[in-house]
Amino acid sequence: MLLTNSIATFGSYCLFMRRVFSIPDKLKIFLRRTVAEISKLGVDSIPLVIIISLFIGAVIAIQMQLNITSPLIPAYSVGLATRDIVLLEFSNSILCLILAGKVGSNIASEIGTMRVTEQIDALEIMGVNSANFLVLPKIVAFLLFMPVLVVFSISTALFGGYFVAFVTDIITVSRYVYGLQALFQEWYVWYGLIKSVVFAFIISSVASFYGYYVKGGALDVGKSSTNAVVSSSILILFFDVLLTKLLLQ
Amino acid sequence: MIEVKNITKSFDGKTILHDISATFHTGKTNLIIGQSGSGKTVLMKSLVGLIRPEMGEILYDGRDLLKMDSSQVKDLRKEIGMLFQGSALFDSETVLGNVMFPLVMFTKMTEAEMRDRALFCLERVNLKGADKKYPSEISGGMQKRVAIARAIALNPKYLFCDEPNSGLDPKTSIVIDELLSDITHEYNITTIINTHDMNSVLGIGENIIFINKGYRDWVGNKDKIFETTNEALSDFVFATDLFQKVKDYVVHNSHHIR
Repeated sequence: MLLTNSIATFGSYCLFMRRVFSIPDKLKIFLRRTVAEISKLGVDSIPLVIIISLFIGAVIAIQMQLNITSPLIPAYSVGLATRDIVLLEFSNSILCLILAGKVGSNIASEIGTMRVTEQIDALEIMGVNSANFLVLPKIVAFLLFMPVLVVFSISTALFGGYFVAFVTDIITVSRYVYGLQALFQEWYVWYGLIKSVVFAFIISSVASFYGYYVKGGALDVGKSSTNAVVSSSILILFFDVLLTKLLLQ
Repeated sequence: MIEVKNITKSFDGKTILHDISATFHTGKTNLIIGQSGSGKTVLMKSLVGLIRPEMGEILYDGRDLLKMDSSQVKDLRKEIGMLFQGSALFDSETVLGNVMFPLVMFTKMTEAEMRDRALFCLERVNLKGADKKYPSEISGGMQKRVAIARAIALNPKYLFCDEPNSGLDPKTSIVIDELLSDITHEYNITTIINTHDMNSVLGIGENIIFINKGYRDWVGNKDKIFETTNEALSDFVFATDLFQKVKDYVVHNSHHIR
């Protein structure tokens, strides 16, 4: 039963995506909506990304210092480990799990409310492909802006570690900065960006799907929002494993 | 003119519409009436193509909706205006933005032309000066009028109204009814109104189709409704004391009234 339902849901999702990825009726309107979505989904998420990244970066640096007690491990390892954790996992996977909550619930509740208040029906009656009109700008906007959020996250998280080094005496600033530069692998940055773009697609498309097919009233909009966050989080974790295996091994 | 021929629709094995046939005339206010759960919303959604019936024909001036491909349906929908029960205005757009929306999507008018047309439609529904407000800032009656303005922006040939008076006070309901009736006659539109408001039935019902338990039970107009021998219709329309008294008065004084 669960398997059948899952296959049916996946089938509906694929059909939905086929409607979403069609040529927009008016390119000018599509571009205008995409810019508006970049502002709403992307730019408005920057403060959250900065706050979380700053504190997590600081905490990672402190914990690294506290746990690396062996005299055989060089002191700059704190910077190195902080950098690699941020690049490999925090600023893409963990950040996207957080954004699945903020952006995913926003998208699902917005589209779900449009569904239950018949605004989507109104679009359909007018002859507008509502899935394409409402969802494609959100997906494109989030895909385009996610790398920007990741770069913001990486820089503020590393700055969080720097701040700890600067205001405390657990590690010197010079050793921390040396650690950030030591044994740097450029591919880690690309790996994080690739993962984040995949996760951005999962968040925006899954949330849109759940919102678009809401039936009922306000209570159901809330449920769809929760389901969107849960489903996209699980998919992010699954694809995290898959992409790590594919891109790093 | 819209003709419906023998349409049947079921959900989960339960038949909601049984072999319905009806004609909706151009330039007249055509009312679909019936109790809640009788199938009138399913009928209206079938008419506009939001629900696909299993059998039958839906002819828009001879063109069968159920045999059209997606591009033909898209073209037909440009000839349709619809007023939803909850108005279905776009929250993120101003009143003017809502009325301009179909013009932006489907015409090649300049910005100034679209603005002029939208302001004309707003003036037609007596909403001059409300163009900069958002839907959340205006009353339910005004929202309905904005929805009517949006529905007529593209000069539709067919206008569908799903319970246009729901949630409105009686006085505002009469204003909306009169507006719909005026627009229908002025622009020679085929207007179909789904309602269970008896004021509308007796006020603007030029062609009334009564749906009872999924069957088309009666066809007539606001005058004939007083003479009906159809028990279900009589129970439905004259359910309250007030309307029963109106009926008694009309029947007893029919020779004077006519």
